[in-house]
Amino acid sequence: MIETAGLRKEFVVSAKVGKLRRERRVVAAVDGIDLRVERGETLGYLGPNGAGKSTTLKMLTGVLTPTAGRISVCGLTPVPQRTQLARRIGVVFGQRSQLWWDLPLRDSFDLLRHIYRVPAPEHAGRLAECVELLDLGPLLPVPVRQLSLGQRMRGELTAALLHRPEVLFLDEPTIGLDVVSKQAVREFLTQLGRRGDTTLILTTHDLADIERLCRRLVIVDHGRVVHDGTAEELHSRYGSRRRVVVDLDEPLAEPVTLPGVALESAEGLRLTYQLVDGTNAGALVARLAAAASLRDLAVVEPAIEDVIARLYARGATG
Amino acid sequence: MVETYLHLLRATVRAQSQYRLSFAVDAVGTSFGVLLDVVSVLVFFRVTRSLAGFPFREAFLMASLATFGFALADLVAGNVDLLRFNVRTGRLDALLVRPLGVLPQLLVLDFAPRRLGRVVESLVVYAVGLGYAGVGWSPARALLAVLAPLSGGVLYGALFVAFGSVAFWWIESAEFANGFTYGGRDFAAYPLTVYSGLFRRLFGYGLGFAFVSYYPALALLGRADPLHGPDWLGWCAPLVAIAAALAAGGVWRLGVRHYRSTGS
Ligand SMILES: Nc1ncnc2c1ncn2[C@@H]1O[C@H](COP(=O)(O)OP(=O)(O)OP(=O)(O)O)[C@@H](O)[C@H]1O
Ligand SMILES: [Mg+2]
Repeated sequence: MIETAGLRKEFVVSAKVGKLRRERRVVAAVDGIDLRVERGETLGYLGPNGAGKSTTLKMLTGVLTPTAGRISVCGLTPVPQRTQLARRIGVVFGQRSQLWWDLPLRDSFDLLRHIYRVPAPEHAGRLAECVELLDLGPLLPVPVRQLSLGQRMRGELTAALLHRPEVLFLDEPTIGLDVVSKQAVREFLTQLGRRGDTTLILTTHDLADIERLCRRLVIVDHGRVVHDGTAEELHSRYGSRRRVVVDLDEPLAEPVTLPGVALESAEGLRLTYQLVDGTNAGALVARLAAAASLRDLAVVEPAIEDVIARLYARGATG
Repeated sequence: MVETYLHLLRATVRAQSQYRLSFAVDAVGTSFGVLLDVVSVLVFFRVTRSLAGFPFREAFLMASLATFGFALADLVAGNVDLLRFNVRTGRLDALLVRPLGVLPQLLVLDFAPRRLGRVVESLVVYAVGLGYAGVGWSPARALLAVLAPLSGGVLYGALFVAFGSVAFWWIESAEFANGFTYGGRDFAAYPLTVYSGLFRRLFGYGLGFAFVSYYPALALLGRADPLHGPDWLGWCAPLVAIAAALAAGGVWRLGVRHYRSTGS
């Protein structure tokens, strides 16, 4: 569905040096990305600020012309075949609106029907579905400029889907939304992803979006892919470990040691153990229970945030 | 396709009709513009009986042709100067992901109905100019009387687009672009014989302003060209307009390829 090879985008930025002189510098926002996405996949595209996520999406959607490399989306080349491609993709850029500011929300949907030339009955069907799932009914007569950010974002999602796109590109669709709106958007996208007929490409800084929605993560940094795979693969590759945290009633008489278990910290009566890949908590818990009386015990799964924070930090230093 | 744009146009008008007061103020403001254009020609004839070889009635026809052609272009393409705003803010992203041309979308979405007032007024001025000039009417001249301002409109429109596209490379180019478009209107408001040497060649022939008013007016009036050009030059206006439109389209497409959006 999507294929890129050696995709690259350079920007010439000029910065003021001194009073009159300007210095021109070339920065590679996207620096050789090879990507292959199959039909129906849901892909989370992550990376720190300035990693080149939005720039990649703009090249995939035909907004920006790549400096170098090949792209094919739905079998088309985005920039030369921009209008053809536009009929087959949907785009939600969190910071750019597809809606008519001064007109009721309903009018925007109607105009998009004409722009994409969707037959009226099909359009009505899709709209009814989105209105139901995203709870848009009461918002339809409201001028878009009067909608809250979260309400508008639900409108944008609908706008991007009315022509039944094969690929949906979402650039930070949950930015600035409250917990409830975020959940509504995620729930909606999860359902869309499950149906399997729409390919979803999503960028976000909210890792909860990713955990809920995407099996596959592509992480970029400085315009390069640093990870492409599942969250589990990410954890095992970057050595994130499950932990066992115990609170004891009295100190241990002698330390508990087991193969595959490492004591990470001991603060008073709270001990934290790391479980090396594949080790189960059972043996450790049994040994601890035999050695001392336990007040409390928790097994902590590795947080995707930690791995990604470590990954970003490595990028920054390396 | 046309139907799609009509829907978009209606939406633009509907959206703007919410701001009635500013519409009224703008409409009044622009009507003064047309009056000023015409008065600026009248002023000359207070001190002289003929302007570079042309009596008032003939010079007035040229001025009215330029004003009408320009008003038509301004109605359709004048809002290209909002391009810099769209480029700076990245609003163009939203238009680029739709299955429509970017230029027609911009023209329709930023359409300013208030400019219609200007078209109507300058049409009246043109009609007066035609009547007053004493044209010896024939079917061919009637056709030319219609084609000439339309060609002028297309030529000015092409300039609006071509110079507006400069904003893709250079955001603060509005003054530069206005220099050529508004400058072109003023240039064509006077007989070409007013200008000399390089200036005449550069703007009259290079950018084609001689074909907005001077040559079509000569053909309408049945006057020989004091500059010794052939008679058929008056009929070249549509060709010049088409050539300019094609060139402008090329510059525009180059500009869109060069669009760099904004970080987001
Ligand atoms: N229009 C532009 N002109 C110049 N430089 C740009 C432009 N757009 C992006 N950049 C640069 O390219 C790099 C990547 O930007 P991009 O917007 O793709 O980042 P991102 O991964 O989407 O970041 P964020 O998470 O902050 O949205 C940044 O260094 C940015 O400064
Ligand atoms: Mg971004």
